[in-house]
Amino acid sequence: MLVDSPPEPSAETAPAPPTRRAIRAAGLFVSVAVLVLVALASIAIGAKELSLEQVWHGLFEDSGTYGDVVVSERLSRTVLGLLVGAALGLSGAVLQALTRNPLADPGLLGINAGASAAVVTAITFFGVTSLSGYVWFAFAGAAVVGALVYFLGGSRGSTPVRLALAGTAISAALYGYLQAVMIMDEAALGKMRFWTVGSLSSATDSTIGQVLPFLAIGTVLALVLARPLNAMAMGDDTARALGAHLGRTRALSMAAATLLCGAATAACGPIMFVGLMIPHLVRSFTGPDMRWILPYATVLSPVLLLGADVIGRLVARPAELQVGIVTAILGGPVFIFLVRRRRTAQL
Amino acid sequence: MKAPRNQAGHHHLERTQAERVERDQAERDQAVPARAFRGRTVRAGGGLSVRVDIRAFTVVALLLVAALTASVVLIGTGDFPIPATDVLKTLLGNGDAGQEFIVNELRLPRVLVGLLVGASLGLGGALFQAISRNPLGSPDVLGLGQGSTAGALVMIVLFSGSATQVALGALIGGLATGFAIYVLAWKQGVHGYRLVLVGIGVAAILTAVNGYLITKADLVDAARAVVWMTGSLNGRDWAQVWPLLILCAVLVPLVLGNARGLRMLEMGDDVAYALGVRVERTRLLLLVAAVLLTAAATAAAGPVGFVALTAPQLARRLTRSPGPNLVPAMCMGATLLVVADWASQRAFGADQLPVGVVTGVLGGVYLLWLLATERKAGRI
Amino acid sequence: MRADGKMSGKSSGTTSGKSSGTTRTGADGGPHMNDQGSTVNRLSAESVTLAYDQRVIAEQLSVEIPDNSFTVIVGPNACGKSTLLRALSRMLKPNQGRVLLDGQVIQSMPAKKVARTLGLLPQSSIAPDGITVGDLVGRGRYPHQGLLRQWSTEDERVVRESMTSTGVAELADRYVDELSGGQRQRVWIAMALAQQTPLLLLDEPTTYLDIQHQIDVLDLCAELHEEQGRTLVAVLHDLNHAARYATHLIALRDGSVIAEGRPSDIVTAELVEEVFGLRCQVIDDPETGTPLVVPAGRKARTTAAPAAGVTKG
Repeated sequence: MLVDSPPEPSAETAPAPPTRRAIRAAGLFVSVAVLVLVALASIAIGAKELSLEQVWHGLFEDSGTYGDVVVSERLSRTVLGLLVGAALGLSGAVLQALTRNPLADPGLLGINAGASAAVVTAITFFGVTSLSGYVWFAFAGAAVVGALVYFLGGSRGSTPVRLALAGTAISAALYGYLQAVMIMDEAALGKMRFWTVGSLSSATDSTIGQVLPFLAIGTVLALVLARPLNAMAMGDDTARALGAHLGRTRALSMAAATLLCGAATAACGPIMFVGLMIPHLVRSFTGPDMRWILPYATVLSPVLLLGADVIGRLVARPAELQVGIVTAILGGPVFIFLVRRRRTAQL
Repeated sequence: MKAPRNQAGHHHLERTQAERVERDQAERDQAVPARAFRGRTVRAGGGLSVRVDIRAFTVVALLLVAALTASVVLIGTGDFPIPATDVLKTLLGNGDAGQEFIVNELRLPRVLVGLLVGASLGLGGALFQAISRNPLGSPDVLGLGQGSTAGALVMIVLFSGSATQVALGALIGGLATGFAIYVLAWKQGVHGYRLVLVGIGVAAILTAVNGYLITKADLVDAARAVVWMTGSLNGRDWAQVWPLLILCAVLVPLVLGNARGLRMLEMGDDVAYALGVRVERTRLLLLVAAVLLTAAATAAAGPVGFVALTAPQLARRLTRSPGPNLVPAMCMGATLLVVADWASQRAFGADQLPVGVVTGVLGGVYLLWLLATERKAGRI
Repeated sequence: MRADGKMSGKSSGTTSGKSSGTTRTGADGGPHMNDQGSTVNRLSAESVTLAYDQRVIAEQLSVEIPDNSFTVIVGPNACGKSTLLRALSRMLKPNQGRVLLDGQVIQSMPAKKVARTLGLLPQSSIAPDGITVGDLVGRGRYPHQGLLRQWSTEDERVVRESMTSTGVAELADRYVDELSGGQRQRVWIAMALAQQTPLLLLDEPTTYLDIQHQIDVLDLCAELHEEQGRTLVAVLHDLNHAARYATHLIALRDGSVIAEGRPSDIVTAELVEEVFGLRCQVIDDPETGTPLVVPAGRKARTTAAPAAGVTKG
């Protein structure tokens, strides 16, 4: 899966000193191990605690016991968490590199607003009630708004501020619409208020099946873009001088981010902050090389998302706290800490 | 006193000086163009002088006329329409008893709250944008709106509080958030970008808290919360007018008195220091004023969307003047809110749709239009 | 190299006596008299320790700015020259020691009063969107204005004069964002001039300018110093520019003064090597006779380096 990542040092970039590469590679293995642990915890912990033995039994020798049913339910939730987490982290990393803006995240670029507006439209005007029905609307909304922001933000001469302004403007208009519908249609409010906080609790195998193709395409696209995005990081002129195709890279990056984030939002509602925070954290460890940032983000984002989901299940037992709420409450302070630590934060 | 130079140097110096004197003379003859300084200066005896930017002055006057006209029309609008002439007559104290009750007790306070909230949000937004040196640095983005909302939602959801309690909760929430953001962003002074970034972080946390509170609520409270969160002028009366009016009466002169220092801050902290502005003090004072204005306005009408973001930007485009454009932004905010209230009542019937919906849509569409035209002009 | 007899020959590091206080034509009166009735320099730093956060830039640094001089501070990157300028202009508060302006601790003086005495052209300044040159220069009058005295005829006269003497008068109604780098720098200098301060501090005024505009700006500074009698302090990168234009040179390394005095007295090959770690020759500038630093050729430097034990860092 890690298409474009080292270990082999490439010809045109100087290889990192072997020790640093070893540390990074080791860090990646440790991250994967942590991810496996968190995933197991996600299956074991909940309203009904399961022992590891039961988890094992449920995973590999399904024989229809109560424990096995719980496991299979939690399994789809965990798998969705893995996929969505990875998608959010990757799309955040790609968007931040694309806009050269450490603040870029799907929320700031209006993708969440697009998905939300589309879902409320589906509920109110098309009478869609099932979650699997929302998915397509959410995805279409995210894609349309993503494209719109990209073009309004000045497809060629886009600057971080322009993109952020375009995202804010579209969000403003769409949230106005969203609120109008929610005020006039109480049934829509009843559904939307749970959808907009972002949750993994409604995961089913069919949801996973619906979003999986988009996530797969988006992931491959994002990982392939690591090298051109590295070149872009040094400014348009330098990138051009290095032989990168600016227009193509921008369009593909935006497409990858929209696929990933649109599918993730469609599956579990707008989950904030994972896409903003994880690339930040990863960068402080790996440095600016996208070939390391992307794999790390892919692994660590689901750690945060699943971890937040587990915490959300633990703190409010037997009910649960939606994962979107937990990620923001955990992520916000970390983000503020990061902002404060920098000498001068640049936008 | 001259620097030591050798003979050749002197010659060189004299030559260049002669050239420069000639050039200077030529430049002096060519008078400094009249357009160089904006506006007219009114001078009085005793060294008093006040500068007035004519275009900005005109814009402010027109906005005031528009706001007052819209107010009169708005007072006349409703289930029981009153012609504009009767509205004016009633306001001047010559109306009949029935109209007097409707105008003075029901509709006038609502319009006044709209005007004051709009003005406060416009001024607060202009201050935040100027201090953060960022057109996105509005109270909505910095988390103040979310803070007020959190305070109000606690009252609505956890205590099923009365309207007054909700307003109080919003006020406390807004002020506490403003304080928290300032403290968190403080690190040997408050840097503009750090303020915005910390604000975004705080906003995200509070949004999550608000989302949680709404999922906890029963559907009736949730509906009430959503209406409050949108921003609404329904059922506002004199009890909301007086506190806002007093606050504005104190803060607006204070802010305008410090506006010149704020203009200097636009050029960077160093330049402002060099010009003798006490940078941190000015900034803190204006931030406190902006937080108070925004929190009070939000307490009175809910976090009316995007007025604080768009009013200063619109005002700036109309006056075409650099600087924070505080007075135009204030008038623009008031006009925007009253017109939006009128539009929502006309389009959807009385009290159907809260004013915040319309300001959100208007603001968003305006910003998009702005981006599209500025994209053509090649400027951001 | 000829030392002109009528010039006040200042030797390095001393608090120089004033040759005359009468040549001053600038705004704010004559040199400050202290209690003993003797004259001292208006601006000085007394054993200051300067630091950002916990990073100490300079310790126990003392500097005097001779009145009516064109003082230039030079030194390698990160030697603390801009930091020193920031301290002198009260942007940075010393952790220890004090900066004195007219005998008073600069931080304790009213902000506007300092701003009428001491101007600064910082490296980072932001031209507000859509502001005209005239309006920007006019903002330099801020310390002379008040709420009820916003734009006097005097303000207008000074602004026009500042624009004329910097050669931006014909740009007065242009927008600042439309100007070239050189024009913009002259506009900012005009703004600092409109402040009408007898002391003017400039932080790398020639950075990002091409050679012609660099010389333009420096000529302008020399003129301000000679004709208007202002005391100028500038941080410059180019040692040859410094040697040509300065009347008083301060060479810094690692936060301490290595040498100060008239360029013709102190600029030697040994000093350049000590301060910048660069082997060079110093010859007479054929135009002005001031010292001209010619870096040694690459061969000479590389072969001679180990033997000569070039100072590093």
